[in-house]
Amino acid sequence: MTDQTTNSIAFVADGNIPQSPPPARETGVVKWMRENLFSSWANSLLTIVAGLVIYMVLSGALPWMWNGVWTTSSLSECREVLAGEVGGCFSVLSERWNQLLFGFQYPQDQYWRPTLAFVLLFIAGAPVLFFDLPRKMLAFTAVYPFLAFYLIWGGTIMAPIVAFLGMGAAAFVFQTYGKGSFALGFFGAIVAAFAVWIIGGALIPEGASETAMLQAVPSRDLGGFMLNLMLGVTCVSLSVPLGIALALGRQSDMPLIKWICIIFIEFVRGVPLITLLFVASVMLSYFFPPDSTVDLFLRVVIMITMFSAAYIAEVIRGGLAALPKGQYEAADSLGLDYPQAMRLIILPQALKISIPGIVNVAVGLFKDTTLVSVISMFDLVGMIRGPILASTEWAGVYWELLGAAAILFFIVCYGISQYSQWLERRLATDHR
Amino acid sequence: MKKSVFFGAMTVAGLAAGAAAAATLDDVKSRGKLNCGVSTGLAGFSAPDANGEWTGFDVAVCRAVAAAVLGDGNAVEFIPTTAKTRFTALASGEIDMLARNTTWTFSRDVDLKFDFVGVNYYDGQGFMVPKELGVSSAKELDGATVCIQTGTTTELNLADFFRTNNISYEPVPIETNAEAQQQYLAGSCDVYTTDASGLAATRATFDAPDAHVVLPEIISKEPLGPLVRHGDNGWGDVVRWTMQALVAAEELGVTSANLAEMSGGTNNPEINRLLGSEGTLGEMLGLDADFGAKAIAAGGNYGELFAKNIGEDTPIGLARGLNALWTEGGLQYAPPFR
Repeated sequence: MTDQTTNSIAFVADGNIPQSPPPARETGVVKWMRENLFSSWANSLLTIVAGLVIYMVLSGALPWMWNGVWTTSSLSECREVLAGEVGGCFSVLSERWNQLLFGFQYPQDQYWRPTLAFVLLFIAGAPVLFFDLPRKMLAFTAVYPFLAFYLIWGGTIMAPIVAFLGMGAAAFVFQTYGKGSFALGFFGAIVAAFAVWIIGGALIPEGASETAMLQAVPSRDLGGFMLNLMLGVTCVSLSVPLGIALALGRQSDMPLIKWICIIFIEFVRGVPLITLLFVASVMLSYFFPPDSTVDLFLRVVIMITMFSAAYIAEVIRGGLAALPKGQYEAADSLGLDYPQAMRLIILPQALKISIPGIVNVAVGLFKDTTLVSVISMFDLVGMIRGPILASTEWAGVYWELLGAAAILFFIVCYGISQYSQWLERRLATDHR
Repeated sequence: MKKSVFFGAMTVAGLAAGAAAAATLDDVKSRGKLNCGVSTGLAGFSAPDANGEWTGFDVAVCRAVAAAVLGDGNAVEFIPTTAKTRFTALASGEIDMLARNTTWTFSRDVDLKFDFVGVNYYDGQGFMVPKELGVSSAKELDGATVCIQTGTTTELNLADFFRTNNISYEPVPIETNAEAQQQYLAGSCDVYTTDASGLAATRATFDAPDAHVVLPEIISKEPLGPLVRHGDNGWGDVVRWTMQALVAAEELGVTSANLAEMSGGTNNPEINRLLGSEGTLGEMLGLDADFGAKAIAAGGNYGELFAKNIGEDTPIGLARGLNALWTEGGLQYAPPFR
């Protein structure tokens, strides 16, 4: 019996089979490549072609970058150093970096001023962009535009102080009377601001700019990437509130306001930006006497702001239209008046829906600021196309300069789009 | 709020408009600065250097006028203008004079209401070909592909030239000089044509300039000169005679080196009148007697400016050619200072 039992069992495992590694084709890199790159013959073909293209691009670009020359003082010297080998002439960047960033007329010993203004921009922008930060930081944001103006343009400190006091007076009047009646507060604020500006402007002594602590820099001397950033930041921050006002105005029940907004939006959207810029730079100077003209920078800011405000208004109108009618009715049934309903219920939802569209307009607007180079303002592209490529030392250097410009713009635009994606995730309160 | 400021400023500006005067010379003197329109960048003619200082042949005219009027060649506000904005900038009074390689044509002088005060550079359209093509004259270019900037007078001149010589060509239209340079080097066209000074400047930037030749034919007239607004003849005279003073100085042998010595007085009465030690020429213009001496001191006489900015020792490497003095077979001829 026992024999039979032992013999009837052919094999008894007396231990675990040693673990063997998975087949080579089912593990690690090989598996990943098999599944992702070579899963079918069509995919394999595409992989090989893509690999070839990448190789060709890199084999051309990498030696060009590694062999790059950084220390010569002209293109012909670059060519001597390279002696026929492939290599970029990056010396133009190391010699003219200051012109690319600040323009060629900004006083060189004053570069710290726009740089400081740029750094402070992050501190001022942080509480607006990241609303988890303490609200008290908004106080600095309110001061920042005037501080940045003072740092970049210099001149008498009285001008930004008067401007700030005017805005302060307007805010005070609005706080005091705006609770009772929105219209009273709004128009009272405008009157208060103008009163302060006119009285304050008369008090600033003549010629105060010449003896000022910071040397005055006229707008014409601004340039380079600084000009792009200034135009971009100013115009985006002005056109978002203006765009909201236009979007609400277009939906208003008051025919006059409604039609003004519709005509404005449709007119501006129907005109290319570059024609508006030409009007700003060329046509307006016919209407002013030679010596008393509105600053070119301000003219351009107004035109670009108008342009992007019209687009942002349409984006926000889309957001407003996407809200269910019940939201408006709910606001009404709670007894909220129009400003309250908009501020507390409608706009927070509509703006959230509109974020991708607004960011899209903002990124486009920022890149559109390079169009000012056609009206002879020396922004980054204007600097490259004009003075640098026209200098006898650097005529003929294209890839290096335009590549550097592309990198600068990419950094900013990619940053903006990453921020907007963070913002969408942060504001996602629904359960999708 | 910013908008309100703008409209407020517009009203104020509108009120002030009536007070604006026409006498440009008085405006420049009271401002203490000359507003001079230049190009946004053209090698050798006007471009800012690494320190942001404007240099070039057109810029030198601005500096000479500023020196003659204000006594300081650096009292210039250079206003960069593009081909599109240059005429409106001058017509609207934003600039006092324009020195921006602008061709003197009938319609610009008459129809656009400007006064060309002279010619500081006689240019003309030329051809550049690779040396290996073995072409020595533009008339041998039958069947060639030609890179040409669209919408310019050079395009029309080219068509005329090939038609009169009864040969054919294939145009390759391009937008800018930079693009043309790339296309030409990449071999998209056999020939590149534009103003001869532009060809020379472009060729100078090539990797191997010697592999390309500029053909001897010049097929058009492009007299480039400074211009002022129509109707202010006093100011036009100031700019005209300042420029002529530079040419006359070269003719009379006055250079920046011997200027101080000659200003004291020489036995040539024309030099004395030019430099102000004799006569009342400056007074007639409403300037100091030594306006000519100051203009020359700003950068040198015409020949020196040419040699320094675009001459044969510079990377641009232009020969004097038509721009030599009339005594040397060129066209630069200053009317008498008398």
